Amino acid sequence: MVNSLRSLHKQVEPAFVIAEREVRDQIRDWRIIFPVLGLTIFFPFFMNFTARQILGFVQQYGADIIADRLVPFLLMIVGFFPISVSLVIALESFVGEKERGSIEPLLNTPLEDWQLYLGKLWAATVPPLLASYLGMTVYLVGLMRKGVTIPGPDLLILIVLLTSVQAVVMVAGAVVVSSQATSIRAANLLASFIIIPVALLIQGESVVMFWGDYKSLWWIVIGLVVLTVLLVRVGLAHFQREELLGREIDVLNIRWMLKLFWETFKGGASSLEEWYRHSLFPTVKGLIKPFIIVTLLAVVGFLAGIRMMDLVDLPAMQFSPEKLRTQLDLLLQNWPLFSVRPMLGIWWQNVRVLLLAMALGSISLGIFGVLPLFTTMGTVGFLFELLTKGGFPVGSFLLLILPHGVVEIPVAILATAAVLKAGAIIATPTTGKTVSEVMVISLAEWSKVMVGLVIPLLLIAAGIEAWATPRLMLLLFHL
Amino acid sequence: MIFTEDLTKHFDDFVAVDGIHLDVPVGKVLVLLGPNGAGKTTTVRMLTSILTPTRGRAIVAGYDVVRQAKEVRRVVGVLTEHQGLYNRMNALEYLDFYGRLYGLDTPLARQRSKQFLEQFGLDSVAKKRLGEYSKGMRQKLALVRALLHEPPVLLLDEPTSAMDPESSRMVRDAIRSLRSGDRTFVLCTHNLAEAEELADQVAIIRRGRIISNESPEQLKRDLLGPTEYEARLARSVNGWQPYGFPQEVVLTARGEDWLRFQVKDPLNNNPLLLRKLLNDQLEVLSFQEVPRSLEKAYLEAVSRAAKEEQGG
Repeated sequence: MVNSLRSLHKQVEPAFVIAEREVRDQIRDWRIIFPVLGLTIFFPFFMNFTARQILGFVQQYGADIIADRLVPFLLMIVGFFPISVSLVIALESFVGEKERGSIEPLLNTPLEDWQLYLGKLWAATVPPLLASYLGMTVYLVGLMRKGVTIPGPDLLILIVLLTSVQAVVMVAGAVVVSSQATSIRAANLLASFIIIPVALLIQGESVVMFWGDYKSLWWIVIGLVVLTVLLVRVGLAHFQREELLGREIDVLNIRWMLKLFWETFKGGASSLEEWYRHSLFPTVKGLIKPFIIVTLLAVVGFLAGIRMMDLVDLPAMQFSPEKLRTQLDLLLQNWPLFSVRPMLGIWWQNVRVLLLAMALGSISLGIFGVLPLFTTMGTVGFLFELLTKGGFPVGSFLLLILPHGVVEIPVAILATAAVLKAGAIIATPTTGKTVSEVMVISLAEWSKVMVGLVIPLLLIAAGIEAWATPRLMLLLFHL
Repeated sequence: MIFTEDLTKHFDDFVAVDGIHLDVPVGKVLVLLGPNGAGKTTTVRMLTSILTPTRGRAIVAGYDVVRQAKEVRRVVGVLTEHQGLYNRMNALEYLDFYGRLYGLDTPLARQRSKQFLEQFGLDSVAKKRLGEYSKGMRQKLALVRALLHEPPVLLLDEPTSAMDPESSRMVRDAIRSLRSGDRTFVLCTHNLAEAEELADQVAIIRRGRIISNESPEQLKRDLLGPTEYEARLARSVNGWQPYGFPQEVVLTARGEDWLRFQVKDPLNNNPLLLRKLLNDQLEVLSFQEVPRSLEKAYLEAVSRAAKEEQGG
């Protein structure tokens, strides 16, 4: 135990050395110290004054509930402001050193990549976070001295945790940006990808705080912890000494991207048959694990839909075979057999949903890419419960879903699995490849699955849904 | 100590280094000469395991630069193109920081820092912020950083650039004193006088390829032909006819009272040549080798390579 602790200390020590130097550098930089001091000492006093004024005002009108919610909300704001400085520090952690030419001597040392990365992460997180805690303390002490009731310990812990994980998420994201950007200017431009989501998050948290639903804030804390782990993993996976020195200019090399995309997509095949056999099928084979995960999520989504129906407690839709028959007759008048328009409409709708999955996945390392399928399956579960509770036979419901669903559901799962896999590729260490290379490759792999299987099979499913499913249903009701 | 075989580096479509073969024994100084963008820095970066070779291999102090990158970095001291100092630190803090990164004990790092700072004349400014250092002082401190962990291999990129003549001399003397041990140096420079003074081996690199890799003397012989000797005479040589010389002696130039010869085998031919001059009643005041600069050889090598490229 002692030996392993000693070994761990030895491993982590270089990261401490990096962090220590950076912190010392920050303390000597007045451009960092002045705003931090302002936000730590003066801003809490100002917030303190604001809180007391608003409390006094709302209490005149008996709106004590606003007063109750305002104090923790302002505490969160007081805590957040100093950590915004961490974003600035983290954004220039790698790219700043690159611009000043001090990164190369550092890269020449026997430091491991993770030690350098961790050192930078600590250096950008710890001082602003300490400043944030100090600011919150100043604010709370000020309130206590004036006799204002401060939030209970559970809420205080929650707000401190929320502030801490927000700081770590921002820093983790900014360090990824800094290690991949070619200049401070580029890093600052890319920072909007961090600032905007965090600003939205703060707004959401504010609403939740005024709502008084503090339990939901714990979910946000857990979500942010997961996001932090993923961001650190992505950052480490794509941290390359070579990249830090190699790239000098921000040029979007479209020709190179297209070439790489096409080479990956084609996979060296010279005919369509060869492409399916030697390029697409190995890709699909690599989707087994995400396919299983997404299938389980689809089942969970279906069950959640059923549960949601129970929770919202809607009156069951009374089943009327005559009404359904009339509706089916009307539908078939508009959808004559082998009419292309309804088929294409259904097909495009499904393709659009799966493109949305990719769009969501691309901003969340594949995670939010499962949402469209999850919510669709939830809707199916909800409808299943709504209809069957009202007397709609289970067999008829299956007939409504299965003819096209046999094709459509596995295909949707496959496409979602491809999105999940694309995100996983980006979050996985890939030696000798740049982030942009990995992104292009993952996009090409996803496109392969979409073009080779998903889009054609969805066309078949749409054909069945437009031409066969309603007729089968009608046939059933005529029998 | 340093061995490379077919060392190649591509950046996308651009070939920065193309199949370099190097073999630098222990205690020797290899000077890499070449125009800007020739591939010198890329070669050094591959030797320090920062850049991964696209092809080929490199062994530094017995370690493979790809598979044993951490070990390579431990045994190599690098003076980079940019000094990369932290302006808000002083020299002692800066060297302490690097000492700790190289795993040195603080007292040992401090002791070496003081010793090197004194050697390079920086002891009086050891507690001054690095932001206030002149270019030369910064370069010297960066060199101290490279020496701090006493590495057996030193890779120095432009070690005396931005330095005044006195400081340059100090650095060159330091390199000379350090090479007497078991240290191996790779030096990138544009300063041909410096290269001539320090090099055991000169590799001329052009467009990523080594076009010549010899000792400075051999390089000059290969590129500029046999050694030239000049005879200074007591009186005019007008009317004197050059005939009857040994076969390997060629008169290359003559003036009012001097003659210049190219001699292939000086050991055997110089005594014959001198005897011939004396026999011809020419009173020889002095007879000495004509100094030939590395610069001339370098320019010749580059020009030949350019011609070959045009021809090819």
